[in-house]
Amino acid sequence: MTSTMRDAFVTSTEEVLADPRTTVVLADISADAFEPAAARYPERVINVGIREQLMIGVAGGLALTGQRPVVHSYAPFLVERAYEQIKLDLDHQGVGAVLVGIGGSYDRAAAGRTHLGPADVALIDTLHGWTVHVPGHPDEVRPLLRDVVCGQDSAYLRLSIRTNSRAYPEAGDLRVVRDAGPGAPLLVAVGPVLDAAVAATADRAVTVAYTHRPRPFDTTGLRTLAGTEVILVEPYLAGTSARVVSEALADRPHRLLALGVGREDLRRYGSAEDHEHWHGLDAAGLRRSVDAFLT
Amino acid sequence: MTTTTATELGPLLDRVRAGREFGANVYSTLDVLQVLYDRVLRITPATVDDPDRDRFLLSKGHAVAGYYALLAARGFVPPEWLDDQGGPASRLGDHPDRTLVPGVEIGSGSLGHGLGLGVGTALGLRAQGRTGPRVYVLLGDAELDEGSNHEAIAYAGASGLGSLTAIVLDNRSATYGWPGGAASRFTVNGWSAATVDGRDHDALHAALTGHDDHRPHVVVTDGE
Repeated sequence: MTSTMRDAFVTSTEEVLADPRTTVVLADISADAFEPAAARYPERVINVGIREQLMIGVAGGLALTGQRPVVHSYAPFLVERAYEQIKLDLDHQGVGAVLVGIGGSYDRAAAGRTHLGPADVALIDTLHGWTVHVPGHPDEVRPLLRDVVCGQDSAYLRLSIRTNSRAYPEAGDLRVVRDAGPGAPLLVAVGPVLDAAVAATADRAVTVAYTHRPRPFDTTGLRTLAGTEVILVEPYLAGTSARVVSEALADRPHRLLALGVGREDLRRYGSAEDHEHWHGLDAAGLRRSVDAFLT
Repeated sequence: MTTTTATELGPLLDRVRAGREFGANVYSTLDVLQVLYDRVLRITPATVDDPDRDRFLLSKGHAVAGYYALLAARGFVPPEWLDDQGGPASRLGDHPDRTLVPGVEIGSGSLGHGLGLGVGTALGLRAQGRTGPRVYVLLGDAELDEGSNHEAIAYAGASGLGSLTAIVLDNRSATYGWPGGAASRFTVNGWSAATVDGRDHDALHAALTGHDDHRPHVVVTDGE
């Protein structure tokens, strides 16, 4: 069985716990997976129970003493439920933490709306100075986690059960996956939507670039690669990065199509693949949107 | 022992007040702050960044007037800062910002954040093997309405966080009150507790130093 992003996160976190500053804060989610680490580092693997406000408050307090918190839960509980704690207990105190979410967008579609978290990156984007990583493959998780844990600032690592077939660990800056030549429309795929984006444009003259780091967005790379048409494909709320792309290209005429998860509560269960289809993020849906935009 | 007397604090508080009327919460906060800074907390302007200092977290950030006056009396901030609280160039807001005011451990204002931050601070000190410093968090009885406090109370009790002291200033201002007393919300979760007259400095001192280091401690002051 292939290792998941969550497995990669747990293994990588066990490694960074070798640094006595690293402190993991959990709210029951994944506590089983962290049991060996908790046995080894009982004072630095903290499970507060099902208390997400406290989880972030504790992270803020830990950071005030100089510890480096790694905070983990399901995306809707980690980011949406405790948003004010993120804003005040981390940012307003002038301290940072690494937030690691699983189950973003529709990974657990059968669990219904309460477990869907498409707005997480948009919410984090209301804050200042955060790094956001959206890995598209389990092999991208370890270097990204190590990198952000070594820093001081806040970072959000958004893990998913959806993955691409290939890992690009160095794709913080835009990485061209298929080059259609100068002036061609540019499609930027963020995280696990890359394979569908490549398939959707296989026989189209579209340059495809990949990134797992929507914040800070590689605006320099974007300006280098972009012609007149830019297509953004994100695995979370549609338009989340439209602001950044528009600002980066404000001085030149361009057209932008921003694709992602819609705002409507579909009130449907099914699988992540089903929701990808319904939100037009599978290859066929992306092709329809791209063709309509370019013709 | 250096004490900040009423004659010393009065003029400083008047500078913050600038003709405004203060509610009872400001004056009741002043008694506990005096006892803390005069007789309990091991912190001075020279040790505001010492990792082994005691921490005082003002969770009810609106009770800031007496806090600023006391920080000025103890030399953490220049008295001149008191004259322009909330002004465009002032470092002293109607709620304190830890990044702007020396000696202030947390920025507060939105109720219900201090105790969680205090729990995390105590856990961080424990992870670093620092057994000396204590963490004191000052809350109001109405602030206890916020559910986030109850997450922190339950967890701190369950994990035996012995370096943590919560102080609840009970002005009977919670809309639905705390039948049976605020302290019972803590003791049921394994905290030790003392309820004292908030004007009696010796009683406050005894309560604020009455912890046993094996479990968190709460001091409830009866203010009205």
